[in-house]
Amino acid sequence: MNIHEYQAKQIFAKYGVPTPRGIVANTADQAVRNAAELGGDIWVVKAQIHAGGRGLGGGVKLARSLDEVHDLASQILGMNLVTHQTGPEGKLVQKVYIEEGADIKDELYLGVVLDRAKEMPVIMASTEGGMEIEKVAEETPEKIIKVAIDPTIGFQGFHGRELAFGLGLPKEEQGKFIKFAAALYNVYMENDAEMIEINPLIKTGAGDFLALDGKMGFDDSALGRHPEIEDMRDISEEDADEREASRFGLSYVSLDGEIGCMVNGAGLAMGTMDTINYMGGTPANFLDVGGKANAETVAKGFEIILKNPNVKAIFVNIFGGIVRCDRIANGILEATKLVDVHVPVIVRLDGTNAPEAAEILRNANIANVIAAEDLADGAAKAVAAAKGSN
Amino acid sequence: MSILVNKDTKVIVQGFTGKEGTFHAEQCIAYGTQIVGGVTPNKGGQEHLGQPVFNTVKDAVETTGATVSMIFVPPAFVGDAVMEAADAGIELAVIITEGAPVRDMMYAKMYATKKGMMTIGPNCPGIITAEECKIGIMPGMIFKKGNVGLISKSGTLTYEGANQIVKQGFGITTAVGIGGDPIIGLSYKQLLPMFEADPETEAIVMIGEIGGDLEIQAAAFIKENITKPVVAFIAGQTAPKGKRMGHAGAIVSGAAGTAAEKMAALEAAGVKVVVSPAEIGKAVSEVLGK
Repeated sequence: MNIHEYQAKQIFAKYGVPTPRGIVANTADQAVRNAAELGGDIWVVKAQIHAGGRGLGGGVKLARSLDEVHDLASQILGMNLVTHQTGPEGKLVQKVYIEEGADIKDELYLGVVLDRAKEMPVIMASTEGGMEIEKVAEETPEKIIKVAIDPTIGFQGFHGRELAFGLGLPKEEQGKFIKFAAALYNVYMENDAEMIEINPLIKTGAGDFLALDGKMGFDDSALGRHPEIEDMRDISEEDADEREASRFGLSYVSLDGEIGCMVNGAGLAMGTMDTINYMGGTPANFLDVGGKANAETVAKGFEIILKNPNVKAIFVNIFGGIVRCDRIANGILEATKLVDVHVPVIVRLDGTNAPEAAEILRNANIANVIAAEDLADGAAKAVAAAKGSN
Repeated sequence: MSILVNKDTKVIVQGFTGKEGTFHAEQCIAYGTQIVGGVTPNKGGQEHLGQPVFNTVKDAVETTGATVSMIFVPPAFVGDAVMEAADAGIELAVIITEGAPVRDMMYAKMYATKKGMMTIGPNCPGIITAEECKIGIMPGMIFKKGNVGLISKSGTLTYEGANQIVKQGFGITTAVGIGGDPIIGLSYKQLLPMFEADPETEAIVMIGEIGGDLEIQAAAFIKENITKPVVAFIAGQTAPKGKRMGHAGAIVSGAAGTAAEKMAALEAAGVKVVVSPAEIGKAVSEVLGK
């Protein structure tokens, strides 16, 4: 789960990670009131969406008067912001964050993620703040300093010094920076974060370090022990179909092809997409029905797949282990009663109770349900069916 | 022969009396696995599925001499359960539970390593030595005895692969589902040499996924150390960047962890890489030259 910048900064503040002061607003009038409350004579109006690259997309603007705050907030609120991370469809801006202006002397980058090879968190720092970090990693990898932290000892002074010397910070700035990094490590560990990114982290004229931006993602499996973070969830930022699917224990991701897929297991689901592609078709979605599939979830899966108008055929590919094929077969029958299944459905059921399932489908004798022998046969039939209905 | 587990392996179940633990322990017993007891706190002294229940793993190990634990406890308790098993001297913990927090697994694996305990999983189908010992949730009937070792991040692709291998007239020595979470126990790099050393295994199938770099590490290892033929499939060639495909680890971020990158590395290491899982059986048949 991801959260907004303003929410990440609320968490930062609790742990002593310094940020500029700011207040979130839903309307232009509220934005003006926030700016007045913050005081000063320069503010930043920042679109709050779950994607990076907001500045380049026109979602972050500087205001030098309260009138300008009003104008900019009106412009940004309700705009469809397109950045390199939103995809071409963009994202609707529903909130703006009004922040006091900062005196930027230098821009750095600081992030914390899991190093999967070392199996511990790694702090990444760079002097190339404000740039796309993936680009820095690719073009000038030597400009990214990585320090892995063994969680059994936690963040120690030497970790901090390694970062500070790596960034070439002068002696008088090291202490403040190390304190900043240590606090950020605590934010990461104590909240079961999956990643934190501050880009840019700025050095002010007065020699202070401030998180000018803040991005946080969390380990979904750990949200149960962080109800206060779960409360920060912004449903409007999530794909409605993916969310609906997850309520039924289905894992769904929409893609832009023509063949709807319903598969058990994430690996087989990806492998099914790959096979369709290999045979000259295009998958319309990833859908893992999970290990607890039953008639209801299968019917729901059909409903979600068929919402996509591009779907010209559906390939149901189940290798039953825990999942029993006869239940899936009944689910397919149920679905054809509940949902208008107007495209050919190619069904391959193998594994636990597969003969019973075949029997159920044979007896039902539904017009557009086509049985398949195995994965290759099913994918080939699905590709042919999708082409035939063009 | 086989790797890690066989008909003599003594297994206990943590989360023995729960719904999942009960159902799958029953299936394992039916397959022939020596389930010698289980652990459920506050149910010590009872009997379940004809086997003794203990309050702690320590008690279970002392009484039964078990060396392997199959873990079914709920996600929030997995870290604790793994550390308890390590502390009690278990040699291999097979963690089936899905949805364990990454931070918990990070600590649990570090402690397991310190105590010399191997782990498989979490969020995996388990391990099976064909027709001898099943520790996990896979459908036992598809794993016929033979000479192919199987290592897979994905549960259902393990079944798909095993089924095709059997249909081609071959069979399985041991199949290990390693799971696709960000932090997992035994991986390709540790399991490949075990299959290399196993006299009955003549070919190895490895099934990977997008995300992380375990397959890249495996490729480097195979090039240097593995003489037996290896067949590989990497799921997620058609997965878009930045979208999570079910497994917590199955996500392509930036340039790293793509299927194309992994397939190229494996090919360069002399592995026979197939582009569709439907080709696994045929590829095995080809490398075994039959």
